[in-house]
Amino acid sequence: MKFSLRTLFTQGLAGQSGWPEQWRSPEPRAAYDVIIVGGGGHGLATAYYLAAELGVRNVAVLEKGWLGGGNTGRNTTIIRSNYLWDESAAIYDHAVKLWEGLAQELNYNVMYSPRGVMMLAHTIHDQQVFKRHVHANRLNGIDNEWLTPEQAQAFCPPLNIGKNVRYPITGAALQRRGGTARHDAVAWGYARGASTRGVDIIQNCEVTGIERNVAGAVTGVTTTRGRIGAQKVGVVAAGHTSVLMAMAGVRMPLESFPLQALVSEPVKPVFPCVVMSNTIHAYISQSDKGELVIGAGTDAYTSYSQTGALHIAEHTLDAICEMFPMFRRMRMLRNWGGIVDVTPDRSPIIGHTPVPGLFVNCGWGTGGFKATPGSGHVFAHTIAHDRPHPIAAPFTLERFTTGRLIDEAAAAAVAH
Amino acid sequence: MLIIPCPYCGARPENEFRYAGEAHIARPADPEALSDAAWADFLYMRTNPKGRHAERWRHVHGCGRFFNCVRDTVTDRIERTYPAGTAP
Amino acid sequence: MKWFGRRETHQSARTAEGGRIDRSRTVRFTFDGAQFTGHPGDSLASALLAHGVHLMGRSFKYHRPRGVLAAGSEESNALVHVDRGGGRETPNLRATQVEIYEGLNARSQNRHPSLAFDLGSAAGLMSRFLPAGFYYKTFMWPASFWRRVYEPAIRAAAGLGVAPMDADPDRYLRRYAHCETLVIGAGPAGVAAALDAAAVGGRVILCDEQAELGGSLLSEPHAVIDGLAGAEWLAGALSDLARHPNVTLLPRCTAFGWYPDNMVGLAERVTDHLATPGVHQPRERLWQVRAGAVVIAAGAHERPLVFPDNDRPGIMLAGAARAYLNRYGVRPGQRAVIVTACDSAYACALDLHRAGVMIAAIADIRADVTGPAVEAVRAAGLLVRTGVSITGSTGHLRVTGALFGTEWVACDTILMSGGWTPSLHMHSQSRGKIRFDGANFLPEAMAGQQSVGSCAGVFDLTGSLPGRVVSGVIAPRGGFAGLVPGAKAKRAFVDFQNDVTAKDLLLATREGFRSIEHVKRYTTTGMATDQGKTSNLNALAIVADQLGTAIPHVGLTTFRPPYTPVTFGTIAGTSRGALFDPERRAPMHDWAVSRGAVFEDVGTWKRAHCFPAPGEVMHETLARECRAVRTEAGIFDASTLGKIEVVGPDAAEFLNRLYTNAWLTLGVGRCRYGLMLSEAGFVMDDGVVGRIAEDRFHVTTTTGGAPRVLNHMEDYLQTEFPELRVWLTSTTEQWATIAVQGPRARDILAPHVTGIDLAHAAFPHMSVREGRICGVPTRLFRVSFTGELGFEINVPADYGPAVWRALMASGHLTPYGTETMHVLRAEKGFVIVGQETDGTVTPDDLGLCRMIARSKRDFVGKRSLRRPDMLVANRKQLVGLLTDDPSTVLEEGAQIVEDPGQPVPMRMIGHVTSSYPSATLGHSIALALVEAGRSRMGTVLHVPMPERMIAVRVVEPVFYDKAGARLDG
Repeated sequence: MKFSLRTLFTQGLAGQSGWPEQWRSPEPRAAYDVIIVGGGGHGLATAYYLAAELGVRNVAVLEKGWLGGGNTGRNTTIIRSNYLWDESAAIYDHAVKLWEGLAQELNYNVMYSPRGVMMLAHTIHDQQVFKRHVHANRLNGIDNEWLTPEQAQAFCPPLNIGKNVRYPITGAALQRRGGTARHDAVAWGYARGASTRGVDIIQNCEVTGIERNVAGAVTGVTTTRGRIGAQKVGVVAAGHTSVLMAMAGVRMPLESFPLQALVSEPVKPVFPCVVMSNTIHAYISQSDKGELVIGAGTDAYTSYSQTGALHIAEHTLDAICEMFPMFRRMRMLRNWGGIVDVTPDRSPIIGHTPVPGLFVNCGWGTGGFKATPGSGHVFAHTIAHDRPHPIAAPFTLERFTTGRLIDEAAAAAVAH
Repeated sequence: MLIIPCPYCGARPENEFRYAGEAHIARPADPEALSDAAWADFLYMRTNPKGRHAERWRHVHGCGRFFNCVRDTVTDRIERTYPAGTAP
Repeated sequence: MKWFGRRETHQSARTAEGGRIDRSRTVRFTFDGAQFTGHPGDSLASALLAHGVHLMGRSFKYHRPRGVLAAGSEESNALVHVDRGGGRETPNLRATQVEIYEGLNARSQNRHPSLAFDLGSAAGLMSRFLPAGFYYKTFMWPASFWRRVYEPAIRAAAGLGVAPMDADPDRYLRRYAHCETLVIGAGPAGVAAALDAAAVGGRVILCDEQAELGGSLLSEPHAVIDGLAGAEWLAGALSDLARHPNVTLLPRCTAFGWYPDNMVGLAERVTDHLATPGVHQPRERLWQVRAGAVVIAAGAHERPLVFPDNDRPGIMLAGAARAYLNRYGVRPGQRAVIVTACDSAYACALDLHRAGVMIAAIADIRADVTGPAVEAVRAAGLLVRTGVSITGSTGHLRVTGALFGTEWVACDTILMSGGWTPSLHMHSQSRGKIRFDGANFLPEAMAGQQSVGSCAGVFDLTGSLPGRVVSGVIAPRGGFAGLVPGAKAKRAFVDFQNDVTAKDLLLATREGFRSIEHVKRYTTTGMATDQGKTSNLNALAIVADQLGTAIPHVGLTTFRPPYTPVTFGTIAGTSRGALFDPERRAPMHDWAVSRGAVFEDVGTWKRAHCFPAPGEVMHETLARECRAVRTEAGIFDASTLGKIEVVGPDAAEFLNRLYTNAWLTLGVGRCRYGLMLSEAGFVMDDGVVGRIAEDRFHVTTTTGGAPRVLNHMEDYLQTEFPELRVWLTSTTEQWATIAVQGPRARDILAPHVTGIDLAHAAFPHMSVREGRICGVPTRLFRVSFTGELGFEINVPADYGPAVWRALMASGHLTPYGTETMHVLRAEKGFVIVGQETDGTVTPDDLGLCRMIARSKRDFVGKRSLRRPDMLVANRKQLVGLLTDDPSTVLEEGAQIVEDPGQPVPMRMIGHVTSSYPSATLGHSIALALVEAGRSRMGTVLHVPMPERMIAVRVVEPVFYDKAGARLDG
């Protein structure tokens, strides 16, 4: 059933009783053309584009828990594409362009809200780095502009641009097309779109092994719901990628770290955009519901526990209170952790693996949500055509051997 | 905040320590003899297990020593710590 | 307006006697601008109820008028904004937790123009068109309207309170504590546990979120414990605990989070209940308690019954009504209907009946109700109807009646009980396992902690006080979760604050949201500021019923910290302003301040950026400082450079492995510029290293890189090269480093130096000597980061200012700051790690091939330099850039292209890393990293700026004194 004001109205008159399931929950079949392991945003987007654009509909998405239950449902929903290197800018801006039409494409309001992402500069070094980004982005056709402190405050009135703070604001880089979206809706919208086009979405189905033939090629997976055959398997499992790839004997350049986020109690609109500070080390926005959404960098040690340490949250709130002293009386409502898979150069890995038929899309670290549509789109092409999509081509596993790293950590943000 | 038993100082809170990645990845004795792939394996490839993990910590705000630690990455419980250079 | 006309101006609902309030004193406060009174011991909710005021809030989505539901921190409806003046505003406080004090100024939220008449309640009229998740299904056309029209409207309607707009003037503190036993919750089970723990010895901390310790005993007048009235037993127990030297009692202190190894976070509210806090008191205090064992005695939350229109003001939990009556001396109404599935409501009925409240009806969902509780009620002459469900209510701003099918029973309060849900929050946060016993989720015992009392499912007082003789209380047997039998799901609220109804949950289930996590996220049930304390089990039961499965199969949402909301400031504590990130100051900092220096932040250091003379603008200052160094001499505080003493018989071999260059051949008294790589082959740090003795090196690092370099060195020394006999000591803080640079540097130093021959032949460039300056021991380096004759004087840090002042007294030295230092080094083409490099740059990229000792078999990073991509021809290389117009200064960070006519996206081949006007040279200079830059010498490239294209000529990255003749003065 198409979602619209009209159907909402007619369903209202009918007591909302006629809405069908948003996605089917079938039993797994014996085999598929493609299996996507991981029912988060990236995996579901991959399945959607396989079915919607590439005619590959005999696809299953296997999710060990519930759809969108990993980082998709645990992140701070920031979207931006003002990355330094051409390769990064290309893939993140590919995603932003898809975000711009995603609600209409999926007929599901993912609430993409380009309210602006502002990165604060506090030091001369910050200014040099951000201006390098601004110029590189501009020549890549990506909006990113430099603001004086006064211009920054005009855009974001709660900003304190006084000089009597530990790290006064000396300027800011603003990407107006950056913003936020409703994270759960992204997973659900892709799931609905994929399911409608024939993709089987199978929840509570944990992959326990990856089967290979004598030639070493993938033949299927074993799961908690039985064996499922496939010639192509795409692993899109974020923090659990290393565990899954180990099932096929592939070692990955990944470490999984807890990443915390927290929200305040909801309040009336008070914060118009996204503000990030790498020097002070925190970022903040306000959700449509009214909660201040706050995050920072990862915890210090690898962990799969989906919790975080208090001293990390402490440091994050230190930073928020220092930047926005009026929020000191606001209260933390909920604090949680996700598991992010971090590569040595903080850029993702998308594409083939040493195992024929096995594809991987991982390493998005702390910034994966923003890439969801672009990541799924190029990964779908890569799987369907068995060769990298041009935008995905630089993000190979081989780059760690050749040294052709795409090091966003070097020049850019710790926080995403 | 974890309590980490430093093999030299005893149990101390986590904020005295710095995490230093997977343990038992010895630097090859003759790097020049390695292929690019083997060198990349040393530089970048990590086990990243869900469960028992042998890892390194440094008691940076204490004795300053690096040591090894076996921790469960699901429960974050530390099984044991032992000096650098000794077997797990 | 009607509501105002009905409002009581005196405490008409207050009982004549009883309760724990101090009736001898009266406290005045305002709510929504109207004056009220109460007594010390009242919460805002109890004091308003004493005036007959139930209406205290509006719900989130439909703006439904709401009364107070509960009496504790689980309250979901009565949220208020408290304004203490002077920027001390706090939104979203629960009226049940706000203690009244003289002058308290509270107001309701989320309503316009008033609480009684709220235009936002129009949303309620549209509720049939606004089911759970309606916003996912519409507002998509036209696309641009989401950001411009729909979203602003949704955001304005959402939110609850109003965030403060002024900086918070209050202070917050942190404390750390260790104890053998931490007891969370000072109800009867917690108090008993604390007594037992104290008796064994060891430190005990007993915390409770309420103002008064005692928990359920504070609302239980009939208990007899060990022959004493409950209140007497409690007073005795608390007095024993208070006298015990090892026991710390913490009222108003909420255990909110559990972290690994039994670390528990507590938030203590210190002054919010005081009319005039002491000047030295913090508002709140964060406790981080490391406990040997934790006893969780967190109690249980009563469940509402889910029936249509179960949310009208006047409808509250039966246990809350009992608390208001017994603890606060307030009757919740004059004519009560009691609906229940649990015996505890009978205790409520009896107490209200005794207090003179007319009990209009008692209806129990359970068909078969027996036992002492119901018998006691019947014995009191009250009629109990069993097997009867409430099906609705009437009223608007106050409930006027209860519906049982077609029968209407007039009342002004409906008191409900669906039984009790154990509080599993802390147990679950500790990663304790949870089991389901058919009615409730219960904690499984685990090492290091235990749950006692009702949070462990032991609901009756006898069970909570093992070893003690208890009588007089009604055990809360029975319970129900889900939509009450025979009731419609419409407007049957499950999550009151977020306006989630049973119908919403059924819709979500129908639409395929089957995991409780999905239902929660789709409907927002359990996501309000109470985090579902009263609603979660009802929601689970409704979903399980709809799916035809058992509750455990639907799952239980994860309990996340904090238990109740915690003030940001409490967590941030004293980390503000200067204490946010303490400044590091160089030894000569105060002198620079006295000379009017402008400072910049470099890492945590404050460094003098320049020393403007009166009336100068920045470029004049820099020109003057540069000219002084090039023509006379300048003095610069270089103390922030990292310094590491590398000592031991194998020190040279160690440096040989850590740096790219060769060290074994460096003579004693000589220096060398060292380049350090990461193992991946990229430039990580640099600095001058001097050999003080055969076995002793004075290593310098970049200002920001010092801790990283020391850690890197320690790592290799301890774990890869443990056979080397080397010891590393950070000496950054021990040395003050004063750079004196310029043609007159030697002349200026000479009168002050003893024991060192400063003559060029005796002390050539790149040497180090030990001697004295101004009588103070020094390590004197002859080095130059400016291209001029230069010295760097290291003296013990405390002597730095004295030596500096002595040198300044010569009258020929001009102090200069970091910006001039940058210009001077750029004129010479010296790189700054972190500016010319960004973690992707190799020595060859910087033109520093000569720094790599080819003879060395290995050093850290060497193997990586042979990787294919490190050898490609088009790597970015350091070059100089000159503009046609000498006054054009390129922007640092600007990008460089080959073809200025190409369309966007342009192919960028490099970027400007450093750029300055050079007063010495009379034109601007820039350093840049450009693809294959060294092969482009003399060619013209372009820097596209928004307003124009700037042509630049590629030149060698050395602009001044290429031959190095000036080094010798």
